[in-house]
Amino acid sequence: MAETVMKATRESFGEALCELAETNPDIVVFDADLAAATKTGVFQKKFPERFFDCGIAEGNMIGVAAGMAATGKIPVAASFAMFATGRAFEQIRNSVAYPELNVKIAGSHAGISTGEDGATHQCIEDIAIMRAIPNMMVLNPADHWEMKAATKAALEYNGPVYIRLGRLAIPSFNDPETYSFELGKGITLHEGNDVAVIASGLVVNEALKAVKELEAEGINARLINIHTIKPIDRDIIIKAAQETGRIITVEEHNVVGGLADAVSEVVTDACPVKITRIGVQDRFGFSGPAWELLDDFGLTQPHIARVIREVVGK
Amino acid sequence: MDSSEIKQLKVLAAKARMGAILGTYHAKSGHPGGSLSAADIFTYLYFKEMRVDPANPQWADRDRFVLSKGHCCPSLYAILALKGFFDWDELTSLRHVGAMLQGHPDMKGTPGIDMSTGSLGQGVSAACGMALAGKLDKKDYRVYTVLGDGEVEEGQVWEAAMFAAHNKLDNLTLFVDQNGLQIDGPVEQVCGIEPLDKKFEAFGFEVIKIDGHDFEQIQSAVEKAKTVKGKPTAILARTVKGKGVSFMENQVGWHGVAPNKEQYEAATAELQAQIDKLEGEC
Repeated sequence: MAETVMKATRESFGEALCELAETNPDIVVFDADLAAATKTGVFQKKFPERFFDCGIAEGNMIGVAAGMAATGKIPVAASFAMFATGRAFEQIRNSVAYPELNVKIAGSHAGISTGEDGATHQCIEDIAIMRAIPNMMVLNPADHWEMKAATKAALEYNGPVYIRLGRLAIPSFNDPETYSFELGKGITLHEGNDVAVIASGLVVNEALKAVKELEAEGINARLINIHTIKPIDRDIIIKAAQETGRIITVEEHNVVGGLADAVSEVVTDACPVKITRIGVQDRFGFSGPAWELLDDFGLTQPHIARVIREVVGK
Repeated sequence: MDSSEIKQLKVLAAKARMGAILGTYHAKSGHPGGSLSAADIFTYLYFKEMRVDPANPQWADRDRFVLSKGHCCPSLYAILALKGFFDWDELTSLRHVGAMLQGHPDMKGTPGIDMSTGSLGQGVSAACGMALAGKLDKKDYRVYTVLGDGEVEEGQVWEAAMFAAHNKLDNLTLFVDQNGLQIDGPVEQVCGIEPLDKKFEAFGFEVIKIDGHDFEQIQSAVEKAKTVKGKPTAILARTVKGKGVSFMENQVGWHGVAPNKEQYEAATAELQAQIDKLEGEC
C-alpha cells in the first residue's frame, strides 16, 4: 500500500486536468471567478491560452462551454456545485445535455463539508439535480486516486459529465498500484454478507473505517463504493441486495434524490430490500468546521458504525 | 447588390415566409409572427453571406448560425430547405411525432442547425463559445446569432454580451429582431428594453441600427461588422412582426398561434402574389 495522500478532491482534479491537457490540446477550461477555489487555477497557470474566466456568470459559462463543444473542443466548466448545478441548471439541461455536447461540469465545494460558508454554499442537491437530466453522467469520486482516474475517464468519454469535487482535505484509501477505475462500475472495498453498505464520495473512507472497526465485533459488512452515480452499477447493487438482504446507503448529500434514491430505484424493481439512508436528512446545513459538521450530520465513522450495528441487530 | 439580386432575395424571403406558414399550419401550432419578422435576415445570411455547404453541414470551417430566438425556427427551416439541407416536404411534418423538424431547433437531428436552442438567452452564449473557439484555433469563420427583442430581457444575454466584449469577439455578429412585440404585449409595456443601442454600446459592442426588411441595409451592416476589429457587433434590426402577411402584421396575437385552413390559404395566396409580382419584374 502506497503512502496515504492527504488532499481535497478539488486539488486532485486540478492536477489531473493539467496532466491530461499536456497531451490533449482540445481541453479548454472555464471558471466563474472561483479558479483559486475549484483548483482550475493550476490549469490557468500552466495553460493560460486555454483558460477563460467568465466572471460571476455561471449560466453564460455553461452556454459558452456548450458552443465550444459544438466546434469539437473538450470544455471543462467549473464552479461551486451550488452555482454550477443550481444557478446554471437550465443551461446544463438545454444547452449541454439535450444536444449531448461534450462538456464536463465540475462542481466543487459540494456537500456540508464546505464548512464555514454555511448553507448557501453547501450544495446538498447537486447529484439529485444532475441525475434527473437525461444524457448526463454523474461522478462522485472518493479520494485522490479515484478523482484523478475519474477525471481522466470523464475527459476521454464523449458526452456530458458532472463531476463532484470536495473542498476538504481527506486521506486517500485506494492503492494506486492496484486501483482501477471504470465508468459505471462500483467497487467492493470490503467483503461481508451481514449487510451491504453502499457509499459514495467523501464519506466512503468513513464507511470503510466503520466496517473495519466492526470486524472485531463479528459484524461482516460489505462495503461498496459507487463513484459513478449515473449510470449506476445495477449488477453490484442487485447482487448485494440478494446476498445480504439489507442495505445502508451513505452520502454527503440530501437523502432525497441522491445515492439513496438511485440505489432504491435499482432494488425496488429488481430485488426489494430494506434500505437505511445515512445522509443529510432533508434539511439545510449551517456554518462550522467541516469535521464538526460531518459529525453533527452523522456522517463520520462512529455514527456509521452505530447504524450498522442497529441494522444487523448487534 | 444590383436590383435583380435584391429581387431574388425578396423572392426567397417570400418563399421562406410561405414555408413558415406551411409548417405552422400543418403543425397546428408554432410561432408565425417572429418567423416572418426575421425571415429577411435569415435569407440574407444564408443566400448572400454565410459560408456553408449543405452537402457537408458539419464542415469545420463553415460560418455558424445560432437562432437564439429558437421559436422562430419555422422560417429558418424553410431557408435551410431552400438552401438544400433537407427536403421542403419536411416542413409539412413540423412538430409531428417522429418528425425531423422539432418545435425548437435540434442540432442533433436537423442538418444545418448549428445549435439546439429554444430556451431564450442561451443561444447567444453558445454563439460566443463558437466565436471564441474560432479565435483560439485562428480560423476565419464568423458566427451569427439572432435574438428577439423580448429575449434581451433575459439576464444571460447581458452576461454573454459582457463576455463577448471582454474576449474581443469581433467574429461575432448579433442581430436583434426588433419587432416590438412579445407574448404578453408590446415589449415597451411588458418590460421596456430601450435604449437598446446605448445598452449594447455600454456593453462594448459596435452598434448598427437598420430596417430589418431592407436587404441593402442588412448588407451594409453585415459588411461593416466584418471590418470592426476588437469588438463584437450588434445589429438592431427594426422589423414588423408577421411581416408579409397583412392580417398578421403587428398583431401580438400571431406570436404563437398557427393559421387555420382559411388563414393558411389567404396567407399563402398573398405571399404567392408577392412572388409573382417580383418575378414578373425580373
